[in-house]
Amino acid sequence: MIYQGKQKIWSEYQKEIPDDKWYYVRSCIRQNFFPASEKMFMEICRNVLGKDIYENEHHTTCGGIAYHCDTIPQETAMTIVARQFALMTEAGYENYVASCITSFGNYTEILETWHENPELEAKIRELLWKACKKEFKKPKYLAHSSDLIFKFRNEIAERAKFRLVNQKTGEPLRVVEHIGCHYSKMFPSKGVGGAEYPYVLTGMVESWGGNVIDYPERRHCCGYGFRQYHVKANRGYSISNTHKKFESMAPYKPDMIITNCPGCPYFLDRWQYVIAEMEGKTYGENGFGIPVFTYEEVAGLVLGYNPWDLGLQLHQVAVEPLLDKIGIEYSPEDKYKGLNKKDLLRPELPQGIKCF
Amino acid sequence: MGKLYELLKEDYRIKDGLNTCINCGTCTAICPAAEFYKYDPRKIVDTVQRADEEEIEKLLKSDTIWYCGECLSCLTRCPRKNGPGLVIMALRNLSARLGYFVESEKGRQLYPLTKIMTGNILKYGYCIHPDSFSWEDHMESGPVWKWHTEHLEESYARQGANFRGDGPGILRKIPQESLDELKAIFDVTGGTERIETIEKYSREKAKEMGMTMEEYFRHTFEECSDNHFND
Repeated sequence: MIYQGKQKIWSEYQKEIPDDKWYYVRSCIRQNFFPASEKMFMEICRNVLGKDIYENEHHTTCGGIAYHCDTIPQETAMTIVARQFALMTEAGYENYVASCITSFGNYTEILETWHENPELEAKIRELLWKACKKEFKKPKYLAHSSDLIFKFRNEIAERAKFRLVNQKTGEPLRVVEHIGCHYSKMFPSKGVGGAEYPYVLTGMVESWGGNVIDYPERRHCCGYGFRQYHVKANRGYSISNTHKKFESMAPYKPDMIITNCPGCPYFLDRWQYVIAEMEGKTYGENGFGIPVFTYEEVAGLVLGYNPWDLGLQLHQVAVEPLLDKIGIEYSPEDKYKGLNKKDLLRPELPQGIKCF
Repeated sequence: MGKLYELLKEDYRIKDGLNTCINCGTCTAICPAAEFYKYDPRKIVDTVQRADEEEIEKLLKSDTIWYCGECLSCLTRCPRKNGPGLVIMALRNLSARLGYFVESEKGRQLYPLTKIMTGNILKYGYCIHPDSFSWEDHMESGPVWKWHTEHLEESYARQGANFRGDGPGILRKIPQESLDELKAIFDVTGGTERIETIEKYSREKAKEMGMTMEEYFRHTFEECSDNHFND
């Protein structure tokens, strides 16, 4: 009965996502920490599905992290975004897709604010012209890049070489999904499934064979908190929130975590390492952590890409236990190799959590 | 109405975030910061709502307004559609403008944050960039990231990045004309003025504390008193 209730709520938060022709803007955090995820997004959209996704080298940060660290005024953040829209307009696109949740929230907040305060939009247009001699049209459609992977989840499933199923038991994998606060907590109607029952990752997991775990702190923040991470003195806030989530999900024995947001996979991965080093506690099986993935990494695994082409060697929590469960073959000796299998040595191993 | 309240009301985030709070405390119950810090967003919204000039000034000079993580979970759950997080953002903006931020330990962190964030935006076109993300300041990124930074160009090349390269792609070099446009945007929108304001008040505070600016940066970036936390 409750499931029907959720389905009903989900149905009220469905987005009509255009099928093709997108102007793509990258994420600061993902380019730094999950570069291969953005590469995989382009690979899936352009080469697997044949979509038109355009990128221009002149786009920059949206300023969202600086804005949420309170280091730039609203007018500065808005005018940076207006310039991004001008680049989209110049390139002849109308659909705008952002690779970052903070950006997506930032763009949504700005478009809604301009809608409510047209005089502010007029002021920003003047400021953009003064600074850059640029004009812009607002996007007809604004999406987060996971919205597109969600839209194409069944096409990906049709081409899948693997499913999110334990090869030995035949049981669906137990998957924690983590949405990222700025995807839909600010403007629930803008995210697939809204804020309470977001469906964007759940839909992918269901299409690809896994089972989503519901746990008490499912919607709790990963602990990024912007200034609460970027200032070293504040990082206790960040790890404490991640710790709260892991303590809450642990009894459900997740096989993996799939994430939506640029920062969340970094924090859920790295703070597991730090908790293990500090307290000797690990949340996975046999001294391992719970592997954490971006949605493109999961899509890439399902489609049969080499895990090291997906950048999984840059995770601190070992992904191999999950690859073994699914039955994905990989080369342990190639994990840390460079291009053309150049030897780049190997990272030191942590003390408190098992790694390869 | 007092001057500070009038200045706050000019911020659209107050208009959007404050629609007669009923003091129910749902925001505090859901708040990740309230669980960790001595922090109660309900009380902050109530203080602003009462337009008590003296209390607002105390807030602007306090650690309290800097505890929020801007996750905006409060916005989803408030039964009156208030946004305590938006009210906080407006308070922080005013505290930065007026130089009140230097009166609290957490407020003084605006100096390293501004140096890092606006420095990265104006120099590289990114909020975060590998050339300024040192492993020593981010040891939680683990031994794998230490290894990555020791093989930075080759590791990024393996990941398919266009690190410091021309043309589009991951971590490309943002063309100079685009960086010039970002600088022009900062100049006409108050971004440059904000950087100068933070710098000016921080310099005065560093002098008062007997520190060089480098010492002040490290101090505000690293030091944490033990009076911020819940028991």
